[in-house]
Order: sequence, then C-alpha cells, then structure tokens
Amino acid sequence: MKIHEYQGKEILKKFGVTVPRGIPCFSVDDAVKAAETLGGKVWVVKAQIHAGGRGKGGGVKVAKSMDEVKTYAGQILGMQLKTHQTGPEGQKVNRLLVEEGADIKKEYYVAALTDRATQKVAMMASSEGGMDIEEVAHKTPEKIIKVFVDPAAGLTDAQANELANGIGVPAGSLAQAVDTLKKLYTCYMETDASLAEINPLILEGNGNIKALDAKFNFDSNALYRHPEIVAYRDLDEEDADEIEASKFDLAYISLDGNIGCLVNGAGLAMATMDTIKLFGAEPANFLDVGGGATTEKVTEAFKIMLKNPKVKGILVNIFGGIMKCDTIAEGVVAAAKETHLSVPLVVRMKGTNEDLGKKILKDSGLPIITADSMAEAATKIVAAVK
Amino acid sequence: MSIFINKDTKVITQGITGKTGQFHTEKCQEYANGKNCFVAGVNPKKAGEKIFDIPIFGSVKEAKAQTGATVSVIYVPPAGAADAIWEACEADLDLAICITEGIPVRDMLVVRNKMKAKEAKGGKKTLLLGPNCPGLITPDEIKIGIMPGHIHRKGRIGVVSRSGTLTYEAVGQLTEIGLGQSSAVGIGGDPINGLKHIDVMRAFNDDPDTDAVIMIGEIGGPDEAEAAVWCKANMKKPIVGFIAGVTAPAGKRMGHAGALISGGADTADAKLAIMEECGFTVTRNPSEMAKLLKALLK
Repeated sequence: MKIHEYQGKEILKKFGVTVPRGIPCFSVDDAVKAAETLGGKVWVVKAQIHAGGRGKGGGVKVAKSMDEVKTYAGQILGMQLKTHQTGPEGQKVNRLLVEEGADIKKEYYVAALTDRATQKVAMMASSEGGMDIEEVAHKTPEKIIKVFVDPAAGLTDAQANELANGIGVPAGSLAQAVDTLKKLYTCYMETDASLAEINPLILEGNGNIKALDAKFNFDSNALYRHPEIVAYRDLDEEDADEIEASKFDLAYISLDGNIGCLVNGAGLAMATMDTIKLFGAEPANFLDVGGGATTEKVTEAFKIMLKNPKVKGILVNIFGGIMKCDTIAEGVVAAAKETHLSVPLVVRMKGTNEDLGKKILKDSGLPIITADSMAEAATKIVAAVK
Repeated sequence: MSIFINKDTKVITQGITGKTGQFHTEKCQEYANGKNCFVAGVNPKKAGEKIFDIPIFGSVKEAKAQTGATVSVIYVPPAGAADAIWEACEADLDLAICITEGIPVRDMLVVRNKMKAKEAKGGKKTLLLGPNCPGLITPDEIKIGIMPGHIHRKGRIGVVSRSGTLTYEAVGQLTEIGLGQSSAVGIGGDPINGLKHIDVMRAFNDDPDTDAVIMIGEIGGPDEAEAAVWCKANMKKPIVGFIAGVTAPAGKRMGHAGALISGGADTADAKLAIMEECGFTVTRNPSEMAKLLKALLK
C-alpha cells in the first residue's frame, strides 16, 4: 500500500526524523491559510499523488509571495499530473502540501528496503540526491552505497557511519546524519514498510539534516497490525475496479488489452495473459479468483471484467485441484446468464472433475467455446474477437 | 528415489486442528502411503487428543520425540506462521514446509535470519520450503501439501515452480504425454522464502532417479537467474524453462507478494534470456513445456 508524501512525513516525524513544517491542503483557500500559518517568505506548493516524478511534471512550485501561493495552488489542484509513473492519462491532484522553504546546500538519497538475495534489510545511500535513483544506479552505480542489516542486530553505528561518510556528509553534520539513518531503519521495521525512501535528504546551510521528501510502500500482508497506516489509504489514488475486486477477495489488475481473463492461481493467471499475447492479442486484466472460488465470486469477477468497455472476449482458464471444475463450470454458467454475456467466452478446464465441468458448460445451452490447452484457448478467443 | 521426501518420511502437521489443516491432512493421508506418513499433529491446547487417528502433541519437540518425525507441514494462520517455522527449526527437524499464504515479510526476515544464525553457530540446519507454496510430492509415495494428488504419475521428471497452479499445469502436461514425475516442488510466491530454485535444481541434479527438469519461474527477484548460472556450470540434465509474466506491468504486485517488477533484471524477458544463455530450452508458450521436454529426452 502506498501513501502520500505528507503522510510519510508525519510518520518520519513520529520516529524523530526532522522534516520541514508543512500543512496538507484540499483547496486554494486552505493553501493560502497554510502559508500564512507557516509564515516566512518562501513556500513550496507540492502536488500530493502517489506517483513519483511530480516536480518534472509541473506538480511542485516554489512560491515567493502569497499571490504566488494562490496562483500555484490553483494551477496544481485539479490538474491531471503526468509523470513517468502515472501513465499517459496522468493522475488528478486532489491534495496539496504547503511547506516552508528550505535552504538546500546539498541533496542526498537514503532508503531502506528488503533485499531478497541476502534476506536482510538493505540501507542505501547516495550523494546524488534529488535525482531518479534508477538512473543513478544505471549510470553511476559506484555512487550508491549499500549495507545489509540483520534484523536481530539492527543498523549498527559502524554501518550508519559507513553510509554517512560514504556519501560525503561533512564532519559537523555526521552525527545527525547517522541518527537520521538509524531512525529511518527503525521506522521501516516498526511500520512493516517494504520501501522507505527519502529523496532528497538535505543538508541545510546551517548544517541541519532534513527529509525534504518521503516515499513509503507498506507490506499488505502486515496491514492487519497497522490500523494507523490503513487510515492513510486514499481510494482516489487506486483503480476503482481493483478496489471493487478486493472486496470479493479477487486479485485484479487492469491492463490495456481487449481480452478479459479469469484464472485460478497467480502464476497460471500470468501464464494465461502471456499466452494471449503470444497468439496475437493483449490481455485486458490480471484476475486470480484464488483457491475457493464460489458462484458468487465468479459472477463478481465477470461483472468487474465486463465493466471495462474495451473487453471484446473472455477467456476462463481453470486448473482444478482442490477447487473442482464442476463448481467453476456452474459459476461460469450462472455468471454468463446473470451478466447477459454478449461477448465470446472460451473456457479451458483441466484437472479435478474436468469431464463433469465440460458437461455442465455444454448442457447450459450457452454459446461457450471450450478448449483443452491454454494455447488452444488463446487461439480460439483471439479468432473470436477479430 | 526422489528429493527431500519419500514413502518412509514421517510428518508432523502444525495447525492440524484448523479448517485448512484438517481438510488437507485428510487428503494427504488418503494419498499413497499417507496413512503411515502423517504421524503427529501439534496444538498446545489440544495435546492428548486425536484427529483422524493422528495424536496431537503440545509442541513440535514433543511430537518429534514421541514419533521420530523429521518433517513438518505448517497450516498455521499468517500471524503465527513464522513462530511455527521457528518452532520446527528449534526442534531440529530436517525440513519444514510452510503452506500459509500472507505472512508479513518482516516476520519472515526475522525468522530466516534466526535460522541462519543458528546454523552459523553450528546448530542443525532445518530446510524450509515456502511459505505461500503448495508443498511437494513424490508420486505414488507421499504428498505433503495442497496439490491434487491424482494428476501425478510416478516417473523420472522433476518439476520446480514458484506458482501452485502452474506446477499442476506442468505436471498435468507431463502425465498426459506419458511422462511421470520423480518429485514436484512448489517453492512459493513470497519474496523471503526458504529453498530456492537453485537448491531444488541441485537436489534434482544429485537424484539418480531424475532424468530431466521443468523449471518454472515468474517476474520479480533474482532467484531464477541465480539458478540458471549455477545450472550452466553444474547441471548434468536437460532443463525446460518457462517464466510467467511477460505481459505483467512494472511496479504492480501480480497476486503473489513476490511477483513484482522493481528493476530491469526482474522482468520475464530478462530471465528468459539468461536461462537460454545458460543452456535451458526456454519457451514463451506454457502449453508446450512437457512436449519440449519429451523432445529433449530423445
């Protein structure tokens, strides 16, 4: 689960990391009031969306007067902000963060994430803050320093010093940088984050270290023990169909193609999408109905797929194990009837009670096309939608 | 022969009294030599009771002492599953198979590091399979996990995969064209897990009764590439490889917690390329995995 920058900064602050003073805003009036409350002469008006690259897309502006605060807030609120992470249609800006200006002397990058290869927490730092870190990793990998932390020991002083020294934090600010890194690590562990990134972490003219941005991802398996993080969820930032699917415990992701697919198991679902592409079309979605699919679940899955106007055909691929093919067949027939299905439907079933399942499909009187292999199913659905 | 388990393996079920544990324990007992293999269950609150004639003990340690079991299978719900893994490890079992889906990654990080620290101090190494996996099966001998037993046939092909139903797909194809399996192993879809592709490939390489292997991977993480490089230098048997997720968009979690593209090497294309470079027969058509393998045997 992702959250907004201002929410991330609230979390960092709670763990003792220094962040600029700032106020989240939902209207231009809010923004002006926020700037007045903060005082000073310079403010930063920042679009709050879950995607990165906001500055380049025109979603971050420095205002030097109240008029500018008002102008920029008006420009940014409601805009479709396009960044390299939003896709071509962009993401609508509904929230702003108005912050006090900062005296930036130097920008660093620091982050915590889980490293699969070593099965430890990787703490990363770079002297090249404020840039796209993937680009830094690609062009100048030597400018990224990593240490791997055993959760039993935590981030040691030696490791934190290695990072802070490695990115060239001046001697006078070293202790504060080390402290910030240790707090970031604690925050990462205690919130069950899967990514905690500060880019940039800045050195101010007076030698202070401050987090100028905050990006968090949280492990959805652990949200049950973090109601305070669940409260940060912003449904406006999520795909409406994906939210609907999650209510029925369906793993669903919208894609750009025109063939809807309904599959049991995540791996098989991806393999089905790949097969559709291999045979000349594009999948409209990823949809895993999981192990315990009921008629109700299959019907909801059909409804969600059919909401997408691009869908010109549906492929159902089931490998019956514990879940029996006849149960799924009944669900598919009921769903096709309830949704008055008008697009071609190809069903491929294998495994437990395969013959019984096929008979149910055949006896339904519906124009369901059956197939024995994934390749055959893909060939048939691709032909049917052309 | 087979890898990791056979008809003489004695198994403890952790979480045997829950709905999932009960359901699958019964199915596992019904399969091949299952009646003799599943010898103990664990639930501290129900010690002394029995379920399907299987005695329940208060702890894994006690179950092991009383029955001589060396393997456990875990159906404990997510919040307690990492502790259950650690309990199996502390009891010095040979292998713990964790079926549970949805364990917090931090819990897995903590328990994996504890397990490694124990080994580093000279303690017994307990292998972990999973979590979030279907388990493993040696056809006609023993099934430990949630896979449908009836699609398998005894034979000489190994199967390893991160995905449950994709493992069944490969097994189903093999059985259909007359090729049985030595063992089929689901290593699970979580980012922090126990046995990886490389470990299972090593075991298949050493198994005199495995002639060839189907290795199935998916987007996310470095495991398939690591296994491929190892196989290039060491594997003496032909391998068919498939990676799911060519069409998966970057940055989205595709059902499995570990199936997420976060960098260039995570993509299906990158993994297929390195596997091909390392001598695998790779395919982009998952319907022809078994057919390709059969051609390699001639």
